[in-house]
Amino acid sequence: MKLSYLSTSQISTSQISTSRLCGAVLLLLLCVYAFATPLLSAQDAASQNLSQILSLPDGNSWFGTDHFGRDMWVRLADALRLSLSMAALCVLTSAVIGVTLGILAATGPSWVDRTLDGVTTLILALPGLVLVLIFAAIVPGSFWMLYVAISLIQWIEYFRVTRAITQRIARSPEVQSSRLMGFGAFYLFRRHYWPAIAPQLVTLASFGAASAILMMASLGFVYVGIQPPLAELGLMIVEHFPYYSDAPWLLAQPLIALALVVLSCHLLGGKKAS
Amino acid sequence: MRLRNLLLKRLLQLLAVSWGVGTLTFLLMRALPGDMAYRIAAGRYGMDAVDSDAAALVREELGLDQGAWSTYWSWLGDLLQWNLGNSLVSGQPVSESLWHMLGHSLLLAGAGILLAALIAIPLGLASAYHGGWLNRILLTLSTGMRALPVFVIGLLAVVVFALELNLLPVAGFGTPAHLVLPALTLGLSLAAIANRVVHTEAERVFNAPFYEFAQTKGLSAWQAFLRHGVRNMSVPVVAFFGVQLITVVEGVVMIESLFSWPGIGHGLAHAIFARDIPLIQGAALMMGILFVLLNTLVDLACYWLDPRGGQLA
Repeated sequence: MKLSYLSTSQISTSQISTSRLCGAVLLLLLCVYAFATPLLSAQDAASQNLSQILSLPDGNSWFGTDHFGRDMWVRLADALRLSLSMAALCVLTSAVIGVTLGILAATGPSWVDRTLDGVTTLILALPGLVLVLIFAAIVPGSFWMLYVAISLIQWIEYFRVTRAITQRIARSPEVQSSRLMGFGAFYLFRRHYWPAIAPQLVTLASFGAASAILMMASLGFVYVGIQPPLAELGLMIVEHFPYYSDAPWLLAQPLIALALVVLSCHLLGGKKAS
Repeated sequence: MRLRNLLLKRLLQLLAVSWGVGTLTFLLMRALPGDMAYRIAAGRYGMDAVDSDAAALVREELGLDQGAWSTYWSWLGDLLQWNLGNSLVSGQPVSESLWHMLGHSLLLAGAGILLAALIAIPLGLASAYHGGWLNRILLTLSTGMRALPVFVIGLLAVVVFALELNLLPVAGFGTPAHLVLPALTLGLSLAAIANRVVHTEAERVFNAPFYEFAQTKGLSAWQAFLRHGVRNMSVPVVAFFGVQLITVVEGVVMIESLFSWPGIGHGLAHAIFARDIPLIQGAALMMGILFVLLNTLVDLACYWLDPRGGQLA
């Protein structure tokens, strides 16, 4: 009985780590492609060549060219770089803010907790995409406005998880005794809170990155996000759609790229924290 | 007691939505670069037809010549009286076009949710009951589906059913056939996650001691499922649906834009593109209010299903 329990749990953990590993490798490959291409390629994402539009992939342009004869290999890398940078910035910002405020809410005076609870209720009252859409409308086509809007929504997830974990641990005997021994707040954080929070952060960050990328692509898709001629995945999907019957591979490229990035993030995140 | 707190919280959210949307759209109007009145007039009459008279008219109409604070208060005051103004582009009252859009959005959302339930519940139950390869296939499918944003699912549906097979119209509205693809898109993207939740909950209940006992004491599989299974499974599933509401609302925005479905999401995206600020405010407000109201309904449903008042969403 005990043996079978052990073996199944071992199988399930190794399965989870395999899928997580796949996600990490895939994400790494995509990052290398996105960030190394501008260094290695002499092509430029904006230069048009109208005598060679919608061309099939060949030795010169590896992914073919789009409706303005722009090189897709470079443009796709540009779009991915934009999405990945946005995701990284949003994850970093919202994680730092969320974890800090979460610990403050759990360990600080109760009015801090109540205030922050009110703030999150306020923000969560509006669907995230609608909030981002309004922000995007204030300064159209701005990368930084999107960044602010997405981070404004995403810190809440980190905040909630951190607060829940810290609240549980703050009542535990080991933290109580640490406190009685006179250890300071920073020691408590480093020794007790952080080790409990950190494993959750990977999952949160992966799903957060995926949703940031999706959010940005969604805005590009309804034409209120990043503006042309910049390459952005959602925007490219709309731009290429009219050429579907002539060049289906052109439409497929941003679709596949988007799906791959999001899939790699989801795989990396593993099972969503329950 | 818990219920009262919950309803109070939802009421607070309703106020927060109104204030937040009002303030953001106010900022939006103030943030228009250049002479605001001129820009708005240009949006209304077209870049070539605009002159300083038109700009003056707009300035007077929107009270742009007054101070920021007094404009802000009167803006919020109008909002509280549901006086949403006229669209800058069409000139029609915003509240009128909102009601029109609301019907279309609710139809789409309702059809999508119904379809999701029809797909997810049987699949989830089957994979929990059967397990094995069925579960594995569904898990893979769901994971893949979740990696696709809802507009990509919609786009693929258009490509397959409308462009390749010529079965259904690409976009638009009017006939029941126009509803099929948007609703299918919404339904599929919801079902991708929902079938896993149903699976998990069903598995939990099927393996629970009380369920085993129900069968041991002589109930048939069907009786045990109806008497002891359904209600126990439904609480977490309904609560999860509350979490998923955000996917519904966001999905509706994207799907309406993709299929030119004349609902609120489509209206919002168009208003943002045309910088039609009263309509942006109205559409965002409507979505926010709808979101809070639906959340309240989910809360009430959970309360009714599980009177013990356990963990509400």
